[in-house]
Amino acid sequence: MQTEVQNHEYQKYYVPAQSPWPIVGAVALFLIAVGAGNYVVQATKGETGYGGHILLAGIAVLLVMLVGWFKNQIDESMAGLYSDQLGRSYRQGMSWFIFSEVMFFAAFFGALYYARFISVPWLGGASNNAMTNEVLWPTFEAMWPLVSTPGGTTTQEMSAAGLPTINTVILLISSITLHFAHVGLEQNKRKQLTLMLGITILLGCGFLFLQVEEYIHAYRDLGLTLQSGIYGNTFFMLTGFHGMHVTLGTIILIVLFFRVLKGHFTPENHFAFQAGSWYWHFVDVVWVMLYIFVYVL
Amino acid sequence: MSKATEVISPDTSAPHVGQVNGGHVHGDHLHDDHEHHDHIPKGITRWLFTTNHKDIGTLYLWFAFIMFLVGGAMAMVIRAELFQPGLQIVEPNFFNQMTTVHGLIMVFGAVMPAFTGLANWLIPMMIGAPDMALPRMNNWSFWILPGAFLILLSSLFMEGGGPAFGWTFYAPLSTTYSGDSTALFVFSVHIMGISSIMGAINVIVTIFNMRAPGMTWMKMPLFVWTWLITAFLLIAVMPVLAGAVTMVLTDKFFGTSFFDAAGGGDPVMFQHIFWFFGHPEVYIMILPAFGIISQIVPTFSRKQLFGYASMVYATASIALLSFVVWAHHMFTTGMPVYMEMFFMFATMLISVPTGVKVFNWVATMWRGSLSFEMPMMFAIAFIVLFTIGGLSGLMLAITPVDFQYHDTYFVVAHFHYVLVTGAVFSIMAAVYYWLPKWTGKMYDTTLAKWHFWCSLVSVNVLFFPMHFVGLAGMPRRIPDYALQFADFNKWISLGGFAFGLSQLIFLALLIKACKKQGEPVSAQVWDGAEGLEWEIPSPAPYHTFETPPVVK
Repeated sequence: MQTEVQNHEYQKYYVPAQSPWPIVGAVALFLIAVGAGNYVVQATKGETGYGGHILLAGIAVLLVMLVGWFKNQIDESMAGLYSDQLGRSYRQGMSWFIFSEVMFFAAFFGALYYARFISVPWLGGASNNAMTNEVLWPTFEAMWPLVSTPGGTTTQEMSAAGLPTINTVILLISSITLHFAHVGLEQNKRKQLTLMLGITILLGCGFLFLQVEEYIHAYRDLGLTLQSGIYGNTFFMLTGFHGMHVTLGTIILIVLFFRVLKGHFTPENHFAFQAGSWYWHFVDVVWVMLYIFVYVL
Repeated sequence: MSKATEVISPDTSAPHVGQVNGGHVHGDHLHDDHEHHDHIPKGITRWLFTTNHKDIGTLYLWFAFIMFLVGGAMAMVIRAELFQPGLQIVEPNFFNQMTTVHGLIMVFGAVMPAFTGLANWLIPMMIGAPDMALPRMNNWSFWILPGAFLILLSSLFMEGGGPAFGWTFYAPLSTTYSGDSTALFVFSVHIMGISSIMGAINVIVTIFNMRAPGMTWMKMPLFVWTWLITAFLLIAVMPVLAGAVTMVLTDKFFGTSFFDAAGGGDPVMFQHIFWFFGHPEVYIMILPAFGIISQIVPTFSRKQLFGYASMVYATASIALLSFVVWAHHMFTTGMPVYMEMFFMFATMLISVPTGVKVFNWVATMWRGSLSFEMPMMFAIAFIVLFTIGGLSGLMLAITPVDFQYHDTYFVVAHFHYVLVTGAVFSIMAAVYYWLPKWTGKMYDTTLAKWHFWCSLVSVNVLFFPMHFVGLAGMPRRIPDYALQFADFNKWISLGGFAFGLSQLIFLALLIKACKKQGEPVSAQVWDGAEGLEWEIPSPAPYHTFETPPVVK
């Protein structure tokens, strides 16, 4: 019984020895929080202070930690220390991390829903809120997009045609190219892998470039800013957090690209590639949701 | 069981009745592992760099206890101010900071890390795993916590003071009317959230992927089951909290108007987002407690747990229902009547699976051969007192009645019964139950008895009269009150000071235990204890189950 289990089911689980990187990361997060907490206050009040410096120091330490920790991880992986079971742990961990990201975006989509279907109509007197409208802002009329707020801020609507549609196409194509890169990896077609991964990175950069163009257009031409009421808030917070995720995803893909060039990853063993690819597909799905709920509808 | 020969063991003859709640280890298989490998790193780097689930569990537990004392000291300030009517000791603004930071510390700094510490210590030992699935991330998720609380606590000394808007940080108190320290508050909450999410991912992956051969789902100890479900709740709602604090940050500093009607937002939206996090959060703080009680009661009743499967399903039902009850915190805020009805009935529905649990614990004790060691005493106190908190919760769930109770001391009494005599008592029960396994020595039973009885009496003097002053209309979060509440508040404060002092007995006991003073214990420790963790030696070796045991 015992030997049978050992032979068939048991593979040694790699429990790493002590590691200095988590504590470095803890210091980094501490500095980032202290720095950001002070910088936000100092920047918005126009005061001078050390907040920004502490924040930058924290980011620098975080980068050192990321490089060190990932290097450690990659070395162990290349040394063949990992088992199938550990690979499953990593994959499951990554899936749950992506689930937590989904829930983070859900909070902002929830805010969008609430503003659009509850708070703005109520301010306009919907349901039994006639007196709310009468007492607070009697001239306010409910509308979506909310281009004229109860407080009197006005802005213009961001249309779905043009850049947003082009960006949607770009991201959808990038998901497809990344998929074929993955297929190339699994079938050991390294050329296809390198080419498709490279195209994906270029598409990601193109998306980010156009997103910046769109923000410039919004601020300069439409007067649509972070301050222009709940429409601008939800627009910039959702697309902004998405843009941050695309940036991170692109960086991940670039790292993967250089690892591919160095000959890393085998058809059987490529957790990092898989995780990066999942992350990219997730970012893509979020964009589709954004396109539908923020731009089109 | 086969290990019991090599350690002093007064009574290990109790037969292993069943396999459901744990299972049996193949004895000699286990034996091979623990002779070698036990070189334990020395010095401070042992704790800073550790990837060992037992070390990290210890760190979490001590951190939680220190935070419990710090948060408790703030409660002492609150009770000192409320000892008499009128403003006596602290400024109202500082009083508000005390209630706010007391709540934040107790929730995020004491109860949650304590449960995570128990999860770290126990889950790998209970399921026969060599460690947590992601040991380095485990270290990271602990070590970012002290920094977060350092930031939160140091903000109290800032110009303008620390957060003073209540632990629920309702907008516009936290946006329009808050101080500069709000930014630090936001980022410290972000770190607490990151820590919880990483901890929860680790727990889930460990349970999914690291169970020993034969440890099937329905053989898992209930503590493992409840933590699995808790971890799911954590991953689902902590990011929503992150979203809420982010919106507070941008509303306060960057001119957004999520919670400002002038820009088309709504302060009520804050409450919806916050309580969408907040209600599952309260189950995050009680489900592991249910698991602990379900481990302890069978041991000291010398019976199998009554209704194991129903316990699992009840836990899952509570978790699912917890997502659709959040607005019962907001009955007086303003909502369409059909929504109030929905949230009222959904809330009352939760009492069904919770009732199943209480029934099962009592049924487990029914006709058992009971003994009353300290873990059992705390567990029984939990069952009785948590039920009181549950019943007052049922009263609060009734919408029209809640209009009367809302924001009174009745609410304070309710959630302290479920959190102090519920969650905290379960943590103490757990510490008494597993401490001998961790240290290899029995704790000082005399001190333990003093701790238990002092805590039990004082906690009721502290919280029970709050029901009366609350029903009579005393509002919460106010440093002053009308004269007719003076007598009750005097008793409440005295109970509070006594409860605070009682915890120092616990501190003394824990220090003695960590110095490894006391009688050596057997591997099984409690006769009647079942499960993998009772089949490894006491103290538990630094590395356990490097080769997975076989659970039959």
